[in-house]
Amino acid sequence: MAYIDGVPASLPGITGLLEYRRDTGDPIRDLTQILLRGESTLTQGERELIATVVSHRNGCRFCATAHTAAADLLLGESTSAEAVKCDPATAPVSGKLRALLVIAAKVQENGRRVTDADAARARAEGATDREIHDTVLIAALFCLYNRYVDGLGAVTPTDPAFYRGLAERIVHRGYLRPPGGFAAGRPTTPAKE
Amino acid sequence: MPHIPLQEDLPGIRGLVAYRPDTGRALYELAEALLRSESTLSQAERELIAAYVSSRNECRFCASSHAAASRHLYGERAALVDAVIEDLESAPVDAKLRALLVIAAKVQENGRLVTPEDVAAARAEGATDREIHDAVLIAAAFSMFNRYVDGLATWAPEEPEAYAEMGRRMAEQGYAGRFRQVAHAK
Repeated sequence: MAYIDGVPASLPGITGLLEYRRDTGDPIRDLTQILLRGESTLTQGERELIATVVSHRNGCRFCATAHTAAADLLLGESTSAEAVKCDPATAPVSGKLRALLVIAAKVQENGRRVTDADAARARAEGATDREIHDTVLIAALFCLYNRYVDGLGAVTPTDPAFYRGLAERIVHRGYLRPPGGFAAGRPTTPAKE
Repeated sequence: MPHIPLQEDLPGIRGLVAYRPDTGRALYELAEALLRSESTLSQAERELIAAYVSSRNECRFCASSHAAASRHLYGERAALVDAVIEDLESAPVDAKLRALLVIAAKVQENGRLVTPEDVAAARAEGATDREIHDAVLIAAAFSMFNRYVDGLATWAPEEPEAYAEMGRRMAEQGYAGRFRQVAHAK
């Protein structure tokens, strides 16, 4: 049970909170859709890895498990997500992504920890200004999500099948609220995939 | 120097919103809903939670500007803002807001630090579930805003006087209005 009453019990984790207050939930969903699914030179898998690293370092089990599952689904493998959670600086991903993940890990601690040298290293590995911007904002956004979910004690399922289902939804339909809303823990609109 | 090229005359979040207005619009909508829409917490109280969290994150731009907005809204009681930021324990703040600020401070560190006892204590002081929700989300949102502003090393005025006028405008015009100004500043 979440710490507050009125969060739909059928919607674990962040979903119930975003439904609890729609006027704050909707801009958070919009922001996530733009950053993680919008036009970008970073792949969706790379962006999910940024979300995974930050959520893992904040110790937010719900978000870390969900975004690991989404990254695995998008990448078609699970070694990258495991490796970046273990150590972003040495993970066997591209040099550019590694440099961006190092920035994300610093943002997770405090934005002031990001140095000129961190940005220069990312640029030397081929990162654009926009990619550096988006990395910082994705990392910052997940610092919001992780605190929102854990700060209100949102329900965190333990069944891996739950997260596989959630990953299918956020990979194939994205982060916006289903047009018909939710019922009994599932979107009421049929899957389009 | 910011880590990416930003419009020089726009400090803090404003330069970032001008850089990427599509994400900026969602960020300002969130701020408008959290800090200014209908609530049993006053705007002054909500701006104080924002300033308190930003101060604990040592984000000069956000802390100074939201403290200025809160001071403007508190009017004659403006000194409360500085008392809370300096030392919550000794600040003459009412018991409900104090309990919500205790929760906000834990969220600023990590959401997992908030306990059912913290929530029960806030309820015992008269906080509603919605107020507890909003205190957590304001603290979480400013943990994002602070990291966005500082993670890209945006420019922030150093002199405290620069923020008084900024705070007055934030309090009076709101964030939806501020967004329109910045998005059209290019």
